Amino acid sequence: MSDSADPIRDAVYRALRASVDSDVALNDKTNIRAELGLTSVAIMDFVFEIEDELDLSIPLDRIAEVETVGDLVATIRALEREG
Amino acid sequence: MALFDQYGSLMAGYRGLSSREFNPFDIAFDAILSPTEAILRGRKILLLGTNNYLGLTHDPAVTAAAIEATRQLGSGTTGSRIANGSYAGHRDLERALAAFYQRRHAMVFTTGYQANLGILSAIAGKGDHLILDADSHASIYDGARLGLAEVTRFRHNDPDDLARRLGRLADLPGDKIVVVEGIYSMLGDTAPLREFAEVKRAYHAVLVVDEAHSLGVLGETGRGLAEAAGVEADVDCIVGTFSKSLGGVGGFCVSDLEGFEVLRVTSRPYMFTASLPPTVIAATTAALQVLRSRPELRQRLTEHAKRLYRGLAGLGFELGPEPNPIVSAIMPNPEAAFALWTRLLEAGLYTNVSLPPATPKGLALLRSSVSAAHSREQVDAAIAMFAEAGRAVGLIAPARTSSAGGAL
Ligand SMILES: Cc1ncc(COP(=O)(O)O)c(C=O)c1O
Repeated sequence: MSDSADPIRDAVYRALRASVDSDVALNDKTNIRAELGLTSVAIMDFVFEIEDELDLSIPLDRIAEVETVGDLVATIRALEREG
Repeated sequence: MALFDQYGSLMAGYRGLSSREFNPFDIAFDAILSPTEAILRGRKILLLGTNNYLGLTHDPAVTAAAIEATRQLGSGTTGSRIANGSYAGHRDLERALAAFYQRRHAMVFTTGYQANLGILSAIAGKGDHLILDADSHASIYDGARLGLAEVTRFRHNDPDDLARRLGRLADLPGDKIVVVEGIYSMLGDTAPLREFAEVKRAYHAVLVVDEAHSLGVLGETGRGLAEAAGVEADVDCIVGTFSKSLGGVGGFCVSDLEGFEVLRVTSRPYMFTASLPPTVIAATTAALQVLRSRPELRQRLTEHAKRLYRGLAGLGFELGPEPNPIVSAIMPNPEAAFALWTRLLEAGLYTNVSLPPATPKGLALLRSSVSAAHSREQVDAAIAMFAEAGRAVGLIAPARTSSAGGAL
């Protein structure tokens, strides 16, 4: 993954791995709430790590719309484009 | 019915709680004897989990004013502040608040919750940026959501993180509005307000401080953390509530911001709800008078806070970082919080269980709070009950000499 040259995806996966059990398999379709059991507050907290790494701020309404890991990657990409 | 399916796991938890003898989220006192004692299921219990910081709910001047106002003006206003619901008392209370804070403007809202809704949704418009402390109260998050501004959060009590985030916004148009609290209601910690004020100045942001738990508690004259930290000039809006140290219900905002009064005709949570009844306005006005004229209450409160904090820390409980009137013991899990809470209640002590999402970082808390109305003996009795209950449920070490961590 580290040679994928995709810093956004790397940051998202890294932050997620740090917040959930290490033996859970993660892919873009993984539902962050239903499958990983993260609460809204926990999601906002792990987003801090991504924000630090990528040096951007993700508005709360955008975080609230996220369901899957892929959604989060897409949201950040969109923000960078808008940025 | 699928209506409540979304709450599946919560429902299961709630049913589990309902089946217990005591459910911390569904307890009703039969009678309140004083700010520090109540009757629960026929038994007298000591209250250590109210927000009655100065004990003013039963102050004779406060209750007399409430009764008199009801007799003279009736039980309610039946209307909103912008229609038939503004009485001389509402205006006078606003003037009294403005005078107390030495600010030009004061607005009274029907609850503290609505004060945050009304201020945050209205001062930040489309294209503006609201930056909230991560541990903000639900009313701050909800107020932010009600408006059209873009909302982000920064790490709790972290001025560097706030500065980083304001830096990212520096080149963008729109106002930047930072929201923090005085004393945080869950762990009783205070904001590093001097540092936040510096950051706010550097980035030309607007600073809003919710002093819900610090009004009457902190500061030379009880104006809260902004006063205690000596940064009142940097705080653009102070939001507060009447429901804690003032012993009533209602909320307010004071400010010197130019044009502030326009909020009276633009803030929907101010405009579209009935105003406070005369009894509450009169009681709150009297309570504010007591708060101002009896600084010894604040002193007593602070002494009790330190006493309880030291007492519980000495027993081996892991507490929040500062000895303020809110003293929270961090529990290993919700079950432990319920167990300790239940045991304390059985012993005759009422405290609070606080759980996520109300708590930061997923913590389970056994939350206590002291009042100036407590006697020193009551505080000591509470600590003794914590010692007994904490040992009984295996949360603290049996030996009285222990000052290290608990058994779990
Ligand atoms: C920080 C904070 N803001 C606002 C409120 C809301 O105040 P009220 O309960 O008076 O509506 C509370 C307490 O509930 C609070 O802790």
